[in-house]
Amino acid sequence: MPDQALPVLDVRGLKTVFRTRGGEVHAVNDVSFHLRPGELLGVVGESGSGKSVTMMSLVRLLPSPPADIRSGEVMLQGKDILKLRDEELRDVRGARVGFVFQDPMTSLNPVFTVGDQIAEPLIRHKGMTKAQAANRAVELLELVGISDARKRLSAYPHQFSGGMRQRVMIAVALACDPEVLIADEPTTALDVTIQAQILELVKDLRQKLGMAIVWITHDLGVIAGIADRVMVMYGGQVVEQAPVKELFTNPRHPYTRALLKTIPSLTGHRDARLQVIEGQPPILTAAPTACPFRPRCKHALDRCDRENPQRRALDDRPVGHGHDVACHWTPESADV
Amino acid sequence: MFDAAPAQPLVQVRDLKMYFPIYSGVLRRKTGDVKAVDGISFDIFKGETLGLVGESGCGKSTVGRALLRLYEPTAGSVSIGGTNVLSLGDEALRKTRPQMQMVFQDPQASLNPRMPVAAIIGEPLREHTDWDGQKILARVYELMDAVGLNRKFANRYPHEFSGGQRQRIGIARALALKPKFIVCDEPIAALDVSIQAQVVNLLEDLQDEFGLTYLFISHDLSMVRHIADRVAVMYLGRIAELSPRDGLYARPLHPYAEALLSAVPEPDPALARSRQRIILKGDVPSPANPPKGCNFCTRCPKVMDICRQVKPELAEVEPGRLVACHLYSEKTAAG
Repeated sequence: MPDQALPVLDVRGLKTVFRTRGGEVHAVNDVSFHLRPGELLGVVGESGSGKSVTMMSLVRLLPSPPADIRSGEVMLQGKDILKLRDEELRDVRGARVGFVFQDPMTSLNPVFTVGDQIAEPLIRHKGMTKAQAANRAVELLELVGISDARKRLSAYPHQFSGGMRQRVMIAVALACDPEVLIADEPTTALDVTIQAQILELVKDLRQKLGMAIVWITHDLGVIAGIADRVMVMYGGQVVEQAPVKELFTNPRHPYTRALLKTIPSLTGHRDARLQVIEGQPPILTAAPTACPFRPRCKHALDRCDRENPQRRALDDRPVGHGHDVACHWTPESADV
Repeated sequence: MFDAAPAQPLVQVRDLKMYFPIYSGVLRRKTGDVKAVDGISFDIFKGETLGLVGESGCGKSTVGRALLRLYEPTAGSVSIGGTNVLSLGDEALRKTRPQMQMVFQDPQASLNPRMPVAAIIGEPLREHTDWDGQKILARVYELMDAVGLNRKFANRYPHEFSGGQRQRIGIARALALKPKFIVCDEPIAALDVSIQAQVVNLLEDLQDEFGLTYLFISHDLSMVRHIADRVAVMYLGRIAELSPRDGLYARPLHPYAEALLSAVPEPDPALARSRQRIILKGDVPSPANPPKGCNFCTRCPKVMDICRQVKPELAEVEPGRLVACHLYSEKTAAG
């Protein structure tokens, strides 16, 4: 993955606000990131950090109202998809940008066969005939490791186990050879041994197909195993972004540092007590004027109350390309 | 539990079975059983935390509920503090309830949305004591202090709290009657990573303070390594391995325990990429129709002929380590 390669997806200054009876919720606040061809970007954050809303906003999957994309650009191969008309957008969704969601039971339609659901985007987007689509569906099911694929076409989702349903979801998402695959907590609802199967499958598919993937999760363990680059979100913002090894060996944002310490390890040293992050995640009722992590931060400075920190590069590469962090504090300033 | 004197088991479970009947056909006749828990035995020592791990559908939650007789087990015996819980009549059972309590997975679903916090925490006291309102309220405040909830919130309703705080309410309720034994059924599964550590630390503090004994049911193997003294690994209604924590995590003996541990993703990129994983093929068979012989034989990477014929018994293969696997039985070693 050469650094210079033009990004497949380039998101700039995305802002999404929900208008509710109780007032506005600023779910995504000035999020920028890009995705290079063949790259896997891991997005980590807790519930409410804005990671899913960011990805749903990309192809306007959120109902509006209440969701309102206030500003930002989403450039897919150089074209802003937020400016597309609805029917143009339909050619993007499912065809050029594929989605895999967390719960395979609710995202597959229970009254259609698995074969129909894989064939649907092929007929809709690729103009295939039913027979062509069925043949391609068999190939796709084989690709995601479902045996006896031809027979399984006429099966319904409830006849499949959770892991197999998630394989079907991946087959649906891959049907039209999307340029970008967005996977939103795709293994969270699965057991660890089944999760391990799916992770192996994704690694394998990446080598075969070379598509760019955004992988949303709260599980740092999953990220460590598959991501090239990681973006950490908190309170609707990107707080840190770095290549995966750099993030785990040299985390710079106090939230990332604390998060890495709160998870107990499976091997190695076992602490008598777990480290905790005191307090609760913020509720984002207004555009932030202070750092959203401020109330829970061990290193907070006076400045953090007045000024929401901008992302700044920690190496000689521009923000978003190397290691960057949105924080006023530096480990060096602790000594002063 | 590391005293010189041998620890006393507080909870003794022997050959516990919990079958749920399957009815089918026009006449709704019983045509089979889902063998959710199929003959398991273990002890939990006083002051100890026994971790119970396994994947969804392995029967771990059913074990927790059957121990407290929230289900009526099909067979077996459960003794808690010397009382055989399964043979008690309704009134006697009600009298022993204060000794054994439960913390549930979903604090949203296990708290009555129409009751304020003080009423929720005080309910077991109104049910099981003859205390007046003032005495109950004093105890409720004491409990709220113990679990780290602000007394000022006593008149608020569950929806006004975050997930982590709601779990604290559930824990305070479980503690109200000063139980000896608490079943924690996935108490942190519904919480965010940064909140999980807060709740686990609280559970450990309360254990030290009140000398509690826990059965900690979870699918999170790293958290169980942190909190448990011994760990039982369940697969399809049976215990595959029951070992002290350090032994199990350093060197799992049962092939399923080994595969399960190897499947857990480690938050360390260098380790994650170098580690050799055991990827199990296929899915867990249905507990309504478990395989003959060892229930893991359909997915086991080390399966032998005998595994498809004979059910392995849970036996001590090393001091303190119980494993149900033919790899360790003398018969196969000799033959």
